[in-house]
Amino acid sequence: MRIAIVDESATRAAVIREGLAAADDCELFVITERRGLVAQISEIAPDIVLIDLGNPSRDVLEEFFAVSRALAKPIAMFVDESDDEATAASVDAGVSAYVVDGLAAHRIRPLLDLAVRRFHAFARLQSDLAEARGALAERQTVDKAKRILMDSRGLPEPAAYKEMRDAAMKQGRRIADIAEAIVTAHNLLGGGR
Amino acid sequence: MSAELTIGFLPLVDACLPILAREHGFAEEEGLSLRLVKDMSWATVLDRLLYGHSDAAHMVAPLAIATTLGRGRPAQPLSVPFVLGLNGNAITMTPDLAAKVHAKGHLGDPTEVGAALRTVAAERREAGRPLRFGVVHRYSSHNYMLRYWLAACGVRPDSDVEITTVAPPFCADALEAGEVDAICVGEPWNSVAVERGVGEIVLVTAQIWRRGVEKVLALRESVLEDRRGHVESLVRALRKAGQHFVDPEHWDANAAILARPEYLDGNADLIKHAISDRLLLTRGGELVHYPDFMFQYREAANFPWVSQAEWLYTQMVRWDGMAFDPLAAAKAALTFRPDVYRSALKGTGEPLPGANSKVEGSVSGPLAVGTQQGNMTLTSDGFFDGGRFDPDDLAGYLAKRP
Repeated sequence: MRIAIVDESATRAAVIREGLAAADDCELFVITERRGLVAQISEIAPDIVLIDLGNPSRDVLEEFFAVSRALAKPIAMFVDESDDEATAASVDAGVSAYVVDGLAAHRIRPLLDLAVRRFHAFARLQSDLAEARGALAERQTVDKAKRILMDSRGLPEPAAYKEMRDAAMKQGRRIADIAEAIVTAHNLLGGGR
Repeated sequence: MSAELTIGFLPLVDACLPILAREHGFAEEEGLSLRLVKDMSWATVLDRLLYGHSDAAHMVAPLAIATTLGRGRPAQPLSVPFVLGLNGNAITMTPDLAAKVHAKGHLGDPTEVGAALRTVAAERREAGRPLRFGVVHRYSSHNYMLRYWLAACGVRPDSDVEITTVAPPFCADALEAGEVDAICVGEPWNSVAVERGVGEIVLVTAQIWRRGVEKVLALRESVLEDRRGHVESLVRALRKAGQHFVDPEHWDANAAILARPEYLDGNADLIKHAISDRLLLTRGGELVHYPDFMFQYREAANFPWVSQAEWLYTQMVRWDGMAFDPLAAAKAALTFRPDVYRSALKGTGEPLPGANSKVEGSVSGPLAVGTQQGNMTLTSDGFFDGGRFDPDDLAGYLAKRP
């Protein structure tokens, strides 16, 4: 079976590809370039096209598939009419599947399930990354607030930090929130200029 | 506690009403909290609607009907209680092609441009490089207006010229790369092409059909039934947003809101061009005022005329090569829900027409029409070729098309 993976995120495409590599009897093609997409798909002549839900080229691709109905191997959006849940799950995960007409659902389902799992895995990786980025930003804010206290009140660093920690404990808030409030107040009072 | 409604949209100027209903508190006044979800393709907007990620969507009108009829994917009945606007699209050509079909500096005359285009199309076809037009979706008003115009001018779509799909944000790129010779797209994407010097606006779709239905508010039929009260509140909020949108006093502020990253992520000056019906046709040229380029409010513009759904169905028959089917025509007609629009606005100051259908293209001057409430005067709603669409004779209308 020939499977085309269309995704402008090369990283995600690689994650999907790796996930599907284990599937039997599948040949995988990855397309990350928007330009010439239809020509590439037409050349690959895939049995299944997996494309990320938000891909801006989907209308272009669907137009090609609509025209391809007149061709030897018509392609349509995969909706398993006996079990619409599969399509719903893939939409939730952020992947849409287009399948050559006549390909049996039992051959598609395992592949789609795999793709859905890989999309979820990728989303998890991204949220981990966003969390890590958030943690970094928080640390920077805490440092900035500490600097403001040190400058404005002439405190040494450990004392400035202790001030914030005490305020956080007293108010039942996180140190990052206290730091954020200090930085905001400082900016509002013209100190940030 | 206000009820939450999630609405999907594409970054286009005519997504304005839901955006402004949220931003100016019109939705809140009606007890609604709107969440807006931006996507980059109609396919995604539709998927989110069908699989419950959104409750309603900003949608190209023919796609709502195609979905009801099961064109391209399994049939799912959609309902349209509100038209988000009429027209607002333009035909933008590469400077090279534009120079061959019209005089620079003003909008062309559709009949004259069509005649000139016919010659160019024949030459290009002879040369084995047929003219290519880009439209935003197979089931878009852009596609149908463009095809209506071409066919009426003796240019046969799909045989004399090619028509292909190009996503709006990439229209200017496609012109520049020579992938298409012309595009039919909504704003701000024509203006973006002009600004980059890769295209010239030659016609606006309001010249082809002065009151052509464009984007609609679409919901799954079951969602409309389940949340009828919320939908009616939304209709009232959108109507207020429309009134705000067309008021010149608010143009700058509204353009600035639409330009924000979470909405169109674009240039407020270009967006204001469309809002104010003023377009820069060529780079470095003068702004040209074309009244009713976009039509979002007056003359009950948002009323879902059943005749407009039926017109769209006839075009689907024409261009999808389907046989005319009275049952499908009836299903298409039922997609538009004037009954919901009426019950939402009954007892408000909003004018409500007396009829649900009209002969499209039959009004040539100001015409006072019978109403259920309020006063209503319609002005010209003509097709450029003088065609009339009588919803009582769809088959007869189709038989007369080229």
